Amino acid sequence: MQRANVDIKGLQIGFGGLKVLDNLSLRVAPSEFLVLLGPSGCGKSTLLNAIAGLIDVRGGEIHIGDRDVTFAEPKDRGIAMVFQSYALYPRMTVRNNMSFGLKVAGTPRDEIARRLNEAAQMLRLTELLDRRPSELSGGQRQRVAIGRALVRHAGVYLFDEPLSNLDAQLRAELRVEIKRLHARLGATMIYVTHDQIEALTLADRIAVMQGGVIQQLDTPKVIYRAPVNRFVASFVGSPAMNFIPGRIARDGNATFIAGESRFSLEGYAFRGAPSEAPAVLGIRPEHVEVTASDDPATVPARVEMVEPMGADSLIWCRLADGTAFSLRHDADAQAQGGDTLPVRFPAETLSLFDAKSGQRL
Amino acid sequence: MTALAEPLPAVRRRTRMTPARWGLYAFILITALYFLLPLYVMVVTSLKPMAEIRQGNLLALPMSPSIDAWIKAWTSACTGLTCGGIRVGFFNSLRILVPSVIISILVGSLTGYALSLWRIRGASILFGAMMVVAFIPYQLFIYPLVRVFAVTGLGQSLLTIVIIHTIFGLPTMTLLFRNYFASLPVELFKAARVDGAGFYQIYAYIMMPMATPMIVVAVILQTTGIWNDFILGLVFAGRDNLPMTVQLNNIVNSTQGERAYNVDMAATLLTALLPLVVYFGSGRWFVRGIAAGAVKG
Amino acid sequence: MRLSLSSRASTISALLPALTVMLVVYIGATGWTVWMSLTNSRMLPNNNFVGLRQYELLLGNDRWITSVHNIVIYGVLLVSLALAIGFLLAVAIDQRVRAEDTIRSIYLYPYSMSFVVTGLVWQWLLNPTLGIQHVLRSWGFQNATFDWIVRPETAIYCLVIAGVWQASGLVMAIMLAGLRGIDEEIWKAARVDGLPKWRVYVSIVIPMMGASFATAAVLLSTAVVRLYDLSVAMTNGGPGIASEVPAKFVMDHLFERANIGLATAAATMMLATVIAVVAPYLYWRARKGEIR
Repeated sequence: MQRANVDIKGLQIGFGGLKVLDNLSLRVAPSEFLVLLGPSGCGKSTLLNAIAGLIDVRGGEIHIGDRDVTFAEPKDRGIAMVFQSYALYPRMTVRNNMSFGLKVAGTPRDEIARRLNEAAQMLRLTELLDRRPSELSGGQRQRVAIGRALVRHAGVYLFDEPLSNLDAQLRAELRVEIKRLHARLGATMIYVTHDQIEALTLADRIAVMQGGVIQQLDTPKVIYRAPVNRFVASFVGSPAMNFIPGRIARDGNATFIAGESRFSLEGYAFRGAPSEAPAVLGIRPEHVEVTASDDPATVPARVEMVEPMGADSLIWCRLADGTAFSLRHDADAQAQGGDTLPVRFPAETLSLFDAKSGQRL
Repeated sequence: MTALAEPLPAVRRRTRMTPARWGLYAFILITALYFLLPLYVMVVTSLKPMAEIRQGNLLALPMSPSIDAWIKAWTSACTGLTCGGIRVGFFNSLRILVPSVIISILVGSLTGYALSLWRIRGASILFGAMMVVAFIPYQLFIYPLVRVFAVTGLGQSLLTIVIIHTIFGLPTMTLLFRNYFASLPVELFKAARVDGAGFYQIYAYIMMPMATPMIVVAVILQTTGIWNDFILGLVFAGRDNLPMTVQLNNIVNSTQGERAYNVDMAATLLTALLPLVVYFGSGRWFVRGIAAGAVKG
Repeated sequence: MRLSLSSRASTISALLPALTVMLVVYIGATGWTVWMSLTNSRMLPNNNFVGLRQYELLLGNDRWITSVHNIVIYGVLLVSLALAIGFLLAVAIDQRVRAEDTIRSIYLYPYSMSFVVTGLVWQWLLNPTLGIQHVLRSWGFQNATFDWIVRPETAIYCLVIAGVWQASGLVMAIMLAGLRGIDEEIWKAARVDGLPKWRVYVSIVIPMMGASFATAAVLLSTAVVRLYDLSVAMTNGGPGIASEVPAKFVMDHLFERANIGLATAAATMMLATVIAVVAPYLYWRARKGEIR
């Protein structure tokens, strides 16, 4: 199995007067698991379909495995694809679904059998080979769809929101299977989803997309800890990041002022020189610290409501000026509505964004 | 797949007009001509004087076109003993069409409404039975119905044929409306009941106003079906009310001596005119009618 | 939904026409017709029971044998040709061709016309002296013959030509709806699998269109049994009795030839045929839960 790299340069895709992707470039290394993450309409599916050859491009180039496939048919690109609705051929058995493409391409019978059994074993389909799709559950059908892709021994495997049609529990199960598959095969995989949990758990790198543009291309860790703009920050992470509007002041050390509350920014990694400007402070609920009330760095927060979430509790508070935020705490937190908690925002966990542009400061 | 490692030049962009595409358009063109041919011949023949027809070619355009044949067909063609032209048949068909369409849609929609929303015991049996018997050929019913109408004194008349069209339109109309009403959210109906509306009130004030798409489809189906009907009109309408299709057949097939082909074709076109207008005017509604399970009589 | 007494009464009153029609017309009339076939009624109905004698007479009746023979030929040819052509037309239109609406209108307009109109125009087209044969000869094919309509052995095929012309559009409409119901992603998967288009149609699409084929076949078959208008208009059963069809046999014997017993026996045979075709189809659909 060849593990191909994918190289996209300056891709332009549009229909009529509408531009969906404009001058998009992206590089995927061999064996990499790249996730295209974003809300509906951001262009991620369009990009994937273009890589597959199912959509015509207006400009730019696509290279797979050092071959220019910009105008090649899907079958000539060395790709395989798994679809959201499984797209299994309803009247064929699982066996035929998985082997039909190879048969039509003229692959010798024993080679087909070998690949079929290999994939069936990997995906635990051996007992289902003679059943029809209508006799299978959703999770089984999706595994067959993956199996159909695997037997092609492709250089790149493309996944178009494959788990979106499944219920939460199945989604979690299949997520693990896909990750295991990738570890075992080491194949190059490009995966489209709007679910940020899938992205964080599966990806080697994530490309967060919005409006046809890649907002950030980084490892999950970096995207989670250092989102490059407000959109990425709000899209990734659940429960969502808190956003507190205010301004940056430079009296002595850099400080963030939100109404009466002041937060020290010492230790925050500014990208450029910090200027005094309206900004938005972002902090994830699990990074908010509750400390001793006599710690000078703390700020009082009035508790409004406690949401128990099983292992943790989400405590909703308000700062002195009324801005709401949430913080995560152990389930045995004794806080109640009306209490005041001393909270501290550690500067190294913060994300500061320019109030107007949303870019990270 | 194979051969990914070999560097190949970029494949040229697949143009839309491949040979296969040309073949496709050729197929479409040829079949379209096959379908249009009769219409073309009808029009062309009806505009030619008899001399041209006798000497000339079926497909040739008229050299001296005239509408004499049309006038003759409309006003003075002979259907059996009388020679009043096919306009007699046209107005007969119209007189049959309007009440039949209205009454068959009223009865059919009411029945469909009753079957879809009020689940009394036996309703689904009745519906299923109606669907089954819709397949039975008319020949099974014709004689007994003739006897019944004779005995009741209605005999062959306008009223008779309207009743007949209502009877035989019932399965299709019921199917149409019943399926449509069953697809509406049942909450609508419950809200009306809570508001205190009764069975017929809900039908008249809520259901039927919402059923406009189906009414359009029903009108198209019934208009086409009733206008094109031959056998029922022949048997039940009576000599004074024979529909256009029957008159047409008489004009063309019961002439002695040389046939006036141009008059025949003009009469044929006149008979086909109304359904064609309905068809071309209705656009996608006609296809919706077919999709709703239409069976032409 | 529990019904109050008054709405129950209203419902039943609304269903009275349907109930009356079912009992009196569909069941009553059919039953009476079948009963008549067991009597020796001639011009007027009587109740002299003669068992299956009319059916014996039918089996020896030339006209009837010919009409059965004809309807089988007509039926087999019409259904197979209309299904094939209709399917091909639907596939052609499904290729995202330009002017799709216009093309579809052209294919479907024959279905909007009466059988009488269809019969008469094709009678004209197939006219040996002035019709297509004449056209072919005037184009230089001196010995071209296309006089099928006046030859006893081939008259029925002319009915087939006219019938196919009218019915193909209907089949096309049904097939197109079926084709359009196929999930877009299956086409994508087939493209990624590298399947040539014709292969997709043969191995994947056609097996998926079973319901459309069945619906079209049943509609066509019931129209075949009812064939009357077309044969009256086009050939009136001729030449001689060469293109007689069962429905015409029944009508002629009910009215002109005044033999009710024989006619109703023939009608009952028609009924039996329809049941034989339709019953399995309805059973299959009921099992799939579509009825009720």
